[in-house]
Amino acid sequence: MTAIVEFLSALFLLMGVFLFLVSAFGIIRLPDVYTRNHAVSKSSTLGIMFILIGTLLYFYYKHSHFDFRVVLAIIFIFMTSPVAGHLINRSAYHSGVKMWDRSVQDDLKKNQ
Amino acid sequence: MSFQILLNVFLAVIWMFLKNEFNGSTFIIGYVLGLGIMFVFRHFFNDRFYLNRVNAVVLLLLIFARELIFSNVSVLKVVLKPKLDMRPGIFAFETVLTKDWEITILSNLITLTPGTLVVEVSEDNRILYIHAMDIADKDEAVDSIKNTFEKAIMEVSK
Repeated sequence: MTAIVEFLSALFLLMGVFLFLVSAFGIIRLPDVYTRNHAVSKSSTLGIMFILIGTLLYFYYKHSHFDFRVVLAIIFIFMTSPVAGHLINRSAYHSGVKMWDRSVQDDLKKNQ
Repeated sequence: MSFQILLNVFLAVIWMFLKNEFNGSTFIIGYVLGLGIMFVFRHFFNDRFYLNRVNAVVLLLLIFARELIFSNVSVLKVVLKPKLDMRPGIFAFETVLTKDWEITILSNLITLTPGTLVVEVSEDNRILYIHAMDIADKDEAVDSIKNTFEKAIMEVSK
């Protein structure tokens, strides 16, 4: 049983780290601020949630210590990270950051 | 809804008095029993039974989690693809939701949907401007927003 829990928490931690890696790649590879924001606001949310779940599992089973602050952290990240992504995009758009030159459509510009 | 929760707590406290045990587990047993009583008498309330709403909220949270995982898979595909051949763009989406918190939750959900991110909400709260990673997926995204998210949110607020 101990081995299973250790394996599970290690799996969660590794998946979280992998997602962070992907979002870092995304920041480097993707062309403009809007598409980069896709990579950051999604992958790092799930990544940090996975890491926290792994920590929670490990300490709950090993030291039978269930830390509710970790649960709170998961909930708050879940709530705030999409809002942060939206605000970054919005302020980028309003301060006139250009979209990638291969972008095809901009309905927002038409309606202003 | 708050009246029903208050009534339920009241029933749980009565159960604690009847058992003459004042601890957490007796309270929880009393709460569940009170829930059963309230379920039997649910037609006598003016509002709908509050457990329905709790159900809808849980469903919404599950949708949130599912979308988060799907969108990560799709971002993964785009980022790790050797060639960047997507065609990003911003499209307008007209929503039927009206209240402020509904629109907040909807735009959070859209942000977590594969390949879409809300850029701007129009002044009158009717149109959301959504940046899509690949404009070819637009119809699919609009379809899932209309049929899944808006319905789930309306189920909570109804």
